[in-house]
Amino acid sequence: MTYSSKFSLALYRKMVLIRQFEERVKYLFLEGVMPGTIHQSQGQEAVPVGVCAALKEGDVITGTHRPHGQAIARGLTVESMMHELFGKADGCCRGKGGSMHMGDLERGMLPAIAIVGGGVPIATGIALAFRLRKEPRVAVCFTGDGGVNEGAFHEGVNMGAIWSLPVVYVIENNLYAASTPVSQAVKLKKLSDRAGGYGIPGVTIDGNDVLAVYETAHEAVTRARDGGGPTLIDAVTYRITGHSRRDPCNYQPEEERKEALQREPIRRFAERLLAEGLATQAQLDEIHLAVDAEIEDAVESAKAAPDPKPEDALDDVFA
Amino acid sequence: MAQMTIAEALREALREEMIRDERVFCIGEDIGIRGGWGGAFTVTLGLEKVARERVIDTPISENGLFGVALGAAIMGLRPVADVQYGDFLFNAMDQVANHIAKIRYMSGGKIKVPLVMRAPVGATGRGAQHAQNLEATFLTIPGIKIVCPATAYDAKGLLKAAIRDDSPVLMFEHKLLYGSKGARSESGAVDASSDIPDEDYVVSIGKGIVRREGADVTIVGTLLMMHLALQAADRLAQEGISAEVIDPRSLVPFDWELLEESVRKTSRLVVVAEGPKTGGIGSEIAATVSERMMDYLTAPIQRVASPDIPVPFSPVMENFYRPDVDRICGAARKTIGD
Repeated sequence: MTYSSKFSLALYRKMVLIRQFEERVKYLFLEGVMPGTIHQSQGQEAVPVGVCAALKEGDVITGTHRPHGQAIARGLTVESMMHELFGKADGCCRGKGGSMHMGDLERGMLPAIAIVGGGVPIATGIALAFRLRKEPRVAVCFTGDGGVNEGAFHEGVNMGAIWSLPVVYVIENNLYAASTPVSQAVKLKKLSDRAGGYGIPGVTIDGNDVLAVYETAHEAVTRARDGGGPTLIDAVTYRITGHSRRDPCNYQPEEERKEALQREPIRRFAERLLAEGLATQAQLDEIHLAVDAEIEDAVESAKAAPDPKPEDALDDVFA
Repeated sequence: MAQMTIAEALREALREEMIRDERVFCIGEDIGIRGGWGGAFTVTLGLEKVARERVIDTPISENGLFGVALGAAIMGLRPVADVQYGDFLFNAMDQVANHIAKIRYMSGGKIKVPLVMRAPVGATGRGAQHAQNLEATFLTIPGIKIVCPATAYDAKGLLKAAIRDDSPVLMFEHKLLYGSKGARSESGAVDASSDIPDEDYVVSIGKGIVRREGADVTIVGTLLMMHLALQAADRLAQEGISAEVIDPRSLVPFDWELLEESVRKTSRLVVVAEGPKTGGIGSEIAATVSERMMDYLTAPIQRVASPDIPVPFSPVMENFYRPDVDRICGAARKTIGD
């Protein structure tokens, strides 16, 4: 498949926006000005960007405890996210969610589900609602390689399968559940082989190739929308940062990490765009500058935004 | 007006709400299987005739089905999800406690979760894993309303109120009060049937009721314990003790106003609850009343509850486990100074 320059640059911009957002957040965190903890997704950008490019307005995703990339890919503004990370009253979850519950249903993403595997039945239920209301919408569930070993994954995927619901299960497989290698947690070589146990299609793909992710997701989302039921996509990627704050990743072998840096998705896509004449270096540089400015604006605005009142904590328990 | 059991009244509430609002659907295990029994206690029997696609039988996947119900509720449907036995809520605990109870809060109030959960409770000759009263467990999880109907009238009215509520509501139902018939009838059942009005009505969540007026001691209890409290009040009356029986009907929110009014009048309180005494409903009620009303009390508050043990099987031991009329009467006499 060949894609237009406009489409390709939009994908590129989203990936850069995620990378730079994560890097800026890491810096703010290390500076000590940002509260809480963070799980970051540097290196994994192609998975959410490729998948979300295949979605339409009205489709809904569920995210994980590592949700910043998923949220940006789905279309949350970095401003509303940065405000949330600073715990501000006008963050996307009004300061009640924070990093691990990033999301905004109005923009097609449920507040992220930070219990591993917990989003799988919920995404299945979102798809059930679409089915019962006969709406041509699709739910996409992001989970990790750790998520596939939770009971909730089994129960949720099985129900999506038996009812042929419009849902796509995406494993953002960064090869490590916190520090535990996937090879130590699953006997299968390919996580997509799990799909056979549910009677649905499954595919393992290069999750660092944004166009491969897009094409696979597009096929799966189209099938789901057309009544063909769920697909399990195992998108293999790599986390080139720690699991959470200040994690030095001593469990990732040096050679493996070096190799992973060679195939990290942003540089790879840039090389491809330049080689195919879909972008000039000047265009790519311009994107980086514009993204940095957008993030800097978000940081300044978040720092200046008002905190919630302590007693606001008492609101929003019940409707 | 028609006389109905709790099982019939719940079924009628579901039928009427499914007809009134096509967003309402039932989801659970064995609830609408052709040739089945309409859920473990017949509540959903025949509801598939209202709308086949809105009575959804799931695999044995409690955590999964409560998560599925949550996803549907978030998107604006109004699911009624049930477990066959309350004990199985522990299988669903991640979805119930971490997601259903919290997602509205985590969203900063942007999401509504109009989800009803139904769970049968009570020791009924089934041993330790089909028997627990889990009400107190859920008191510690903010974000879920809890209702406990003791009569068919309340069962129908509370279920309708729960279905129309925009927050998660967990309804505990007592197996000995259902009035399930035929092969699904329960030995030792207590008649909780009521005259049910023909017209639509709801019972407000958070509103208790005085079941019997009295002057000397207040006895508070829900579900089966409310019925035993009434029997105890009859017996105490023969001894010249006038007991007031309060049925809170909801545990979250709790009708403190009604209870406080009663305690101001009687100055004595007995709290009856089936389930382990430690950390039980009685503990919370006793603590709150002590905190707010010490000056009104003329005797220590008495808790009548089960021992801190799993529910035993042998009828002899199960009867020992379940609070009974004798123990309620004994506790009431103790507050008066026998």
